[in-house]
Amino acid sequence: MIIDDIKQAVIEGDATEVKKLVALALEQQVSAEEILKSGMISGMGEVGRLFEEGEYFVPEMLIAARAMQGGLSILRPALVEQDVKSAGKVVLGTVKGDLHDIGKNLVGMMLEGAGFQIVDLGTDVSPEKFIEAIREHQPDIVGMSALLTTTMPNMDKTIKAFNEAGVRQNVKVMVGGAPVTKKYAGEIGADGFAPDANQATAEAKKLLVG
Amino acid sequence: MNYSSLAIPRLSDFLFGVCPRPLTLKNGLVIGGGQVYPEINFTLDSMIITAESMPQVHEQYTQMITGVCDRAVELHAPGLVVEFELLPDLTLVPEWGAEVTKILRATLDETEAKHGLKTGLRVTPNDIREFARPPLMRQGRYVADMFRSFELCAEAGADMLAIESTGGKEIHDEAILNGDLPMSVFALGVLGSRDMGYLWERITEISKRYGVVPSGDSACGFANTAMVLAEQHFIPRVWAAVIRVLTVARSLVAFEHGAVGPNKDCAYEGPYIKAITGYPIALEGAEASVAHLSPIGNIAKAVPDLWSNESVQNVKLLGAMAPTVSVEQLIYATRLMNVASARGLTEAGMLRDWWVESDSHLDPQAYVLRPDVVLKISEEIIAESTPYKRTRRSAFAALEVLRQANASGELNLSKMENRWLERLTRAAESLPEDEDEFIAGILPQVNREKIALSEYGL
Repeated sequence: MIIDDIKQAVIEGDATEVKKLVALALEQQVSAEEILKSGMISGMGEVGRLFEEGEYFVPEMLIAARAMQGGLSILRPALVEQDVKSAGKVVLGTVKGDLHDIGKNLVGMMLEGAGFQIVDLGTDVSPEKFIEAIREHQPDIVGMSALLTTTMPNMDKTIKAFNEAGVRQNVKVMVGGAPVTKKYAGEIGADGFAPDANQATAEAKKLLVG
Repeated sequence: MNYSSLAIPRLSDFLFGVCPRPLTLKNGLVIGGGQVYPEINFTLDSMIITAESMPQVHEQYTQMITGVCDRAVELHAPGLVVEFELLPDLTLVPEWGAEVTKILRATLDETEAKHGLKTGLRVTPNDIREFARPPLMRQGRYVADMFRSFELCAEAGADMLAIESTGGKEIHDEAILNGDLPMSVFALGVLGSRDMGYLWERITEISKRYGVVPSGDSACGFANTAMVLAEQHFIPRVWAAVIRVLTVARSLVAFEHGAVGPNKDCAYEGPYIKAITGYPIALEGAEASVAHLSPIGNIAKAVPDLWSNESVQNVKLLGAMAPTVSVEQLIYATRLMNVASARGLTEAGMLRDWWVESDSHLDPQAYVLRPDVVLKISEEIIAESTPYKRTRRSAFAALEVLRQANASGELNLSKMENRWLERLTRAAESLPEDEDEFIAGILPQVNREKIALSEYGL
């Protein structure tokens, strides 16, 4: 079945094959939602499982993610036309004064593979920039990262700025990074905490259900 | 200075605490002259640094340095080096970094005057050029402030200057995650090495002007990033091991432009630098678990001249504040090394070999730090004449050593790691000998949004 073939091509990271199969599936009148969820997201789910079990490393995951992106480039018009919603929209950024971005990028990659739409603000992101992004992109979740003990308090400052700007109630806030703990996340009023990139997707899904 | 032969060619001479070119600080403390000294590094607990919070910053640093010096005196440390690694805010406002330097200097001087403890202060400003995106490596206010930070800290009492520079890191993080060996070679052997030449000419000039020691530059942002990702099982360990060796030619550039050691603690490429240049090095391992996990905790003790904790934040533990506890751990570790050295070369060599043996077969990252492997690969690296050619040769040499170790059973790599060893070998074989040909081939793959290539003369 073509959906299984799409899934397999994503697992194998074969972007050319994914694009070809997605185009073929659309020609065969398979719904965009089925191609996305049962084909590509399911394939990325299997890639995530292989990663969890130590069969894949991040480079293999990235190749699979790029294959999925290739498929999405063909599928996107149909998704819009058929009004298929993403799993959720997430604005990501490393807080002000902090230039570390690998962890945040990995979180973005894993969320994208799970069907989330990502808006990556980069590093050294001020509270004002986060607020601007909330107003512009209307995300479901804002994810903040910090790697230094002297930049972690900027998470607290950013959440306070959300409250003052009146946008806090519009989004769930998720935090993570080496010095960040679940206790700290609770103290600053974040809704969610992920100790590493692996667990960020589950936490994001949980936040949107809750 | 272009190194073409090993300063330490024989394994029996490649030991902790001794090197062919020891360094004497102004107060007479000799680094690499027979003893290993603790090098303690500490940082603030969670707080935001602003003009208003600077009194608390001063208070915390005063508390940390006082606790550390008191404990060093109490435990009869034969000498003590303190590293003050500036936080980004303390480099962005160079006066703030200099203020803390003065505080540390004053307490060290007081301790030396009162108790006779010989001390040294290494100050490491941040590479804040990254704050511009894409980073501007040779122009703009961040470059100006970074060099001003070096000057003010030297003036404020640093004995040694160092940096963890980041030229080429703009594209290296992605190269690590993609398992992209040619891009890593480009970042380190071309971009990073060019940047190091620019940077170290200036750091050496500042050091001469202020009478301080231009010590060294760690490839922490490259190889330690890979090490941490390997520990999280994000990338293969063989890939992290190869990246470690790829950094050698880049870090050597600092020494070819005036650095004289001790090389930075987090530069695990340090043993290679010591073997090639003969200058002393700092290293960190088991006692750096206060900062991060590593698979090289004991083997890193094989050849250092300063033994460090990487960094510890100022939190309260049962024993004392964490920096005080940390310096105690370092003092005991170095005490054992110095007893072995005092017994003679055979005993020191025996202790070194036990540390090596305890780690080297468990992880390829440890294996490439074996002193015999370091000497073998170093010899190959300096057989080449340019940073690119040296980095390319590092890839071949590291992969060959790992393949042989795996085949002989000295390393037991998993199926996944083996697959990556083969994949990296194929990628290395694709590297042309000619640098221009290599650059022409790789430039179309470089993400121009992330890097200003003109800053590297490209």
